[in-house]
Amino acid sequence: MRRSLIAAVLGFALCALPLAAFEIESETTFAVSAPTGTLRILSTTDTSLFAPVVRAFQTANPTTEVFYVSASSTEVMVAIETESAEFDLVVSSAMDLQTKLANDGFAQPFRSAATDIVPDWAKWRDSVFGFTQEPATLVLSVAAFEGLAMPLTRQDLIATLRANPERFQDQIGTYDVRASGLGYLFATQDSRTSESYWRLAEVMGALGTRLYCCSSDMIDDVSSGEIAVAYNVLGSYAAARQDIADKIHVIEPSDFTSTMQRTVLMLRQAENQTAAGKFINHLLETAWGKDSDALAAFHDFPRVIGDPANRKPIRLGPGLLVFLDRFKREKFRQAWEDAFVQ
Amino acid sequence: MAAMSPRTRSMRRQLIAQLVASSAILAAVLIFLFQGFARQFAEESLDNVLMASTTSILESVTERNGAVSVDIPYAALAMLGSVSDDRVFYRIDHGTEFLTGYGDLESADLGADGRTGFAASEFRGDQVRVVTASRLLSIGRVTVTVAQTQDGLSARLDTLFRRALVLGGAFFLLASGLSIWVATRAFRPLDTLARSVARRGPADLSAFAPTPLQEMVPLVAALNRFVNRLKRALGRSEDFITEAAHRVRTPLATVRTQAEVLMHRIEKDENRQTLRDMIRAVDESSRAAGQLLDQAMVNLRTDALDRAEVDLAACLSDVVTRLRPMADLRDISLRADLSDTCPISVDAILIQNALSNLLDNAIKYAPPETDVRVTTHCANGTATIRIEDGGPGFGAEDPEPLKERFVRGRSATGTVGSGLGLTIASQVFEAHGGHLTLSNREGGLGACVEVSLPRS
Repeated sequence: MRRSLIAAVLGFALCALPLAAFEIESETTFAVSAPTGTLRILSTTDTSLFAPVVRAFQTANPTTEVFYVSASSTEVMVAIETESAEFDLVVSSAMDLQTKLANDGFAQPFRSAATDIVPDWAKWRDSVFGFTQEPATLVLSVAAFEGLAMPLTRQDLIATLRANPERFQDQIGTYDVRASGLGYLFATQDSRTSESYWRLAEVMGALGTRLYCCSSDMIDDVSSGEIAVAYNVLGSYAAARQDIADKIHVIEPSDFTSTMQRTVLMLRQAENQTAAGKFINHLLETAWGKDSDALAAFHDFPRVIGDPANRKPIRLGPGLLVFLDRFKREKFRQAWEDAFVQ
Repeated sequence: MAAMSPRTRSMRRQLIAQLVASSAILAAVLIFLFQGFARQFAEESLDNVLMASTTSILESVTERNGAVSVDIPYAALAMLGSVSDDRVFYRIDHGTEFLTGYGDLESADLGADGRTGFAASEFRGDQVRVVTASRLLSIGRVTVTVAQTQDGLSARLDTLFRRALVLGGAFFLLASGLSIWVATRAFRPLDTLARSVARRGPADLSAFAPTPLQEMVPLVAALNRFVNRLKRALGRSEDFITEAAHRVRTPLATVRTQAEVLMHRIEKDENRQTLRDMIRAVDESSRAAGQLLDQAMVNLRTDALDRAEVDLAACLSDVVTRLRPMADLRDISLRADLSDTCPISVDAILIQNALSNLLDNAIKYAPPETDVRVTTHCANGTATIRIEDGGPGFGAEDPEPLKERFVRGRSATGTVGSGLGLTIASQVFEAHGGHLTLSNREGGLGACVEVSLPRS
């Protein structure tokens, strides 16, 4: 509290300073010809992926300028929790961190006709709203699996890896849970859902697994043949890459597919609440409205193999706070490192 | 102001109002109690979930290599999320050292057992329910505190309160409906008694039937005592009148005879006129006494009618025969069309007395040289007797009050009469279940007296 106060005072005194000290990935202004206000969004989503959503919003609200900053989920937490960075909305794939922001009182409740159509499992406290369902998929190199049966479950994958150790040696990639909030979320939810996660981790660790910060890097490496298997890759990112569609298989494991919801929340200190509300309505209407495919804004899965019935949406709620606990995180990191970093 | 009648109040309405007011109080108490229980129940179940969460976290705290190891179960916090969307805070302490969670959260004071504690406090601007549990490990005391905001509880209590209101409202409506029904039923015997009193004929002084309702017994008994007193009082006054009339009539007859004897001896015209006036006054008194006697007789007999099968035409014929000389004396043509026989069950003496009174009236009030017509009509259910005269009729006045005792019509001025004739006749016919109708003759001069008598 005192810290954020100091930060706010500092921010006031030194308002000439550009952005606060948290590390950003990119910063974009979606300008309009005659702006009447600016909506400031802090997001973990790549600008290129989110741009269509922003432009669609601006078609309906042509006088709202959108200032879009993308950063890693950890930096988003730093920005909001400790630096009180001035934004209106936070869009993030890190459901646990969004939940923590709302739980710790950084979010502001918002209700509208659009929030009413969101199913209960996709919102929390009228503060955090899910607007996508993005499965954690298995991305395989078409070339590397030449002549092999397509693994459709984790058990299949374990068997395939064990049977072909020389083919997959150093050919596996997954999130570095220490660097990626989303990777940590997927890994912890996997471990919570099934013991097979730890067996797979052992096998992957034994074969030598490359660790990544981001889904896009894994997809690039699979398509270029650098690696053969990428585990827990965001299906939405893979599907967006139409250019490499013939080089990769995107599989939703049929034992279970952890499904992340990208969420949006309005900050308590949001200055442009009207525009923020409109933007939330826009997102939710696009996602949950009757006329639109719930995934249209982000997804186009022509080649995903798997049954959406196996998707296991990660539920918003205080349970997500558990893996953010210092001890729990340390314990998980230890176990994860034991498996992967040998 | 004392002359003003007091404003009446409805006991039934008063009782209903009191019952409805009681229902409202009961409904309010019901709502209050329900709400209290609901709140207690909701708070207890919330405390139970918080305690379960706290306990499961506490059980995950272990000692490993001389250090405290905490492994919060996912369900510990997820279970709180399944109850409501409330914010959740926790802290874990080892002795006085803060281990993890929200460092600014205040633990609840441990209760008497030294292991668990509950508190309601404020955290980060929100009301929170705090549950603390503590356990002694080999390396020291570990304390876990879990807190949750109360928005879900308030929402649930609001719902419960609305439900309690609906329940209380329904209870109130039902109870009010029952109150109205019960109150209406409770007063029914009173209504029945009131109606039976109202239905009674003017001379019906019989006792009221005994009631099976305990509360009504004193009323009915009092009513019967009153009726008895009334009967005795009436009897006494009738006896007195009869006795008086009787005692007056005999000397009057003597006075009249002597006056007539005297009349023959007097030659002076003005003296004769005086004497004639005297005889006339004596006649009037004598007639009144006679009618008082008649009425006493009628009163006595109407209480217990001595019915017998007679021919109404024959009855009437007797009366006509008896009165014909008087009609002739006044040059009145008495025409009776009594060819039809009409068997009927009546007290012949009373009926003849009544008819005689009626006919006597007709002859008395009709001017000389007019007709008095008597006709009977014998229908299946009813026998009708009509007496029409050529007299002044009733004029524009309402003839009904003439049936009352001692009331005389305007046209009666100058004629000997007591005002009892119609009263006696009306009483007799009503005692037989019949009716006496007085009217002016249609389209002509004269009165029309119509008697209808039921034949069975």
